[in-house]
Amino acid sequence: MGVVSAGALAWCSRRLRQRRDDRRVPLMGVLGAFLFAAQMINFSIPGTGSSGHLGGGLLLAILLGPEAAFLVVASVLIVQALFFADGGLLALGCNVFNLGFLPAFVGYPVYRLVAGQSPAPARATAAALVAAIVSLQLGAIAVVAETVASGISALPLETFALFMLPIHLAIGIVEGLVTAAIVSSVHATRPHILASAPHTGASVAAPAAGILAAALLLGCVGAWFASSAPDGLEWSIARTAAAADLSQRASPAHESLARIQQATAVLPDYGFAGESEAASRPDDQRLGTSLAGLVGGCLTLGVACAVGIALRFRPGRR
Amino acid sequence: MSAPAIFASLLDFRRLDQAATGDSFLHRLDARAKVLATLAFIVCVMSFGRYEVAGLLPYFAFPILACAVARVPLALVARQAALVLPVALLIGLPNPFFDREALLQLGGTVISGGWVSMVSIALRALLAALASIVLVALTGFPQICASLERLGMPKALAVQLLFLYRYLGVLGEEAQRMNTAYELRSNGAALTLGHFGSLAGRLLSRTWDRAERIYLAMCARGFTGDFVTGRGSRFGLADALFLAAVVTASVLLRTQGFVHWLGAVALGGQP
Repeated sequence: MGVVSAGALAWCSRRLRQRRDDRRVPLMGVLGAFLFAAQMINFSIPGTGSSGHLGGGLLLAILLGPEAAFLVVASVLIVQALFFADGGLLALGCNVFNLGFLPAFVGYPVYRLVAGQSPAPARATAAALVAAIVSLQLGAIAVVAETVASGISALPLETFALFMLPIHLAIGIVEGLVTAAIVSSVHATRPHILASAPHTGASVAAPAAGILAAALLLGCVGAWFASSAPDGLEWSIARTAAAADLSQRASPAHESLARIQQATAVLPDYGFAGESEAASRPDDQRLGTSLAGLVGGCLTLGVACAVGIALRFRPGRR
Repeated sequence: MSAPAIFASLLDFRRLDQAATGDSFLHRLDARAKVLATLAFIVCVMSFGRYEVAGLLPYFAFPILACAVARVPLALVARQAALVLPVALLIGLPNPFFDREALLQLGGTVISGGWVSMVSIALRALLAALASIVLVALTGFPQICASLERLGMPKALAVQLLFLYRYLGVLGEEAQRMNTAYELRSNGAALTLGHFGSLAGRLLSRTWDRAERIYLAMCARGFTGDFVTGRGSRFGLADALFLAAVVTASVLLRTQGFVHWLGAVALGGQP
């Protein structure tokens, strides 16, 4: 998915540079910071007692147009992964696709379709709801597809999807409502902001659908080299795993895929939740957890700490 | 994360920023060497098998030594990196339930594979986070962006990242002020969805105006449409040696059973 996201980013960057709209450049940067800051503020979700925060992909697409929005969301995710250890570097490709590409290139065209140009508040709210629900459902499907295609999970597809989709329906509703609330607030105070947003509606839909199909296909293939358990799954994974029996069933497809992966993958043991090589590499496992190994590891660490302390307090400029 | 915790991490963000202005051997290295070294480190760490715990431990030496040499406060780096632990532990949480096969025996206690793999996930997440934060603390975000661009990242993305980085603190603090103001006026009530909409809408309007002012300020200072994202720095011998050293060490730790040899010797057995 990293490859797919990177490709999409390159394409969007080129399109934006062709537009040569210099005014947009600081605007995109500052809106990225706005998104980051807005995500920090949690609000309570009526009726559930839990709290949520803004996703923002759809909102940015409404304000900036899809290519710029995708770039901005990607930048926010990159900074979050680098600085705030939030989301993980490895899930970055998937996150950029699920949280950036999908709302911008699928959710936004849906919004435009329902809302048209300059919609009345009620219609805009409905449009935001529909668009957010669509993009989040697709995101949930994408996550399931990515996890299954990566082969790291023995979680049964149906149960997994059964948990993911309803949750993301609820999240979609909240996201739609929040987006609509912000848009209507802006409409009330600074209508020119919405008026100046690029209206790329139906013209984006067809290529977006094509890109989406190609991307999902590529993602399934490309997921050999990328992806760990993607973000936002913890709840679903825990529930699904609790519901299913997770003994390692090696289906024929899984085995042949595993063989191909062993042959072609640069990192045969890659994976957060791990690959199912338990049967094929017993020595590694025992080595990895033997007592001697642990002792050796702790010793090395201890020596490193001692050296570190010595270096830290060496005389010199502070 | 609660609101105070999030805003506290913003403060740490600023401190990391400051750490990058230090002047040590590691600070002075070319950013590309450091970026590539970090990448190699992460790849090696991630390539371990799912039950690997011991082999991961020596990798902690890298961030520890780097912080010591560069005089970057390790506590700061560790605090930021530790933010990854809740997520990592949650992802690994199902494992002990499903992987009950006994894997390790310490004295009288039998530890199942599930627990081991959970710890392994946590360790790997922590190492990756430490690596990226040390990179930021040693290099500074603008330099990282410049080096990524020279390594092939599209310019529009690099410019976007730099702007985001520049205004993150500004807008983060503004959001923090709005949050505090709301808390003071709301008598303990939680922020509702509708109120968040207006709050965010106000922040958005102010942000939009700010963008206008920034653009005009840029034009007033001679902005003609092109960006220069960083001074050219040369990739010299020291940089190449550093990169080679880190890559070699990471790969050797991955492929040779160094820890087991050391532990076996320590325990009095044969290597």
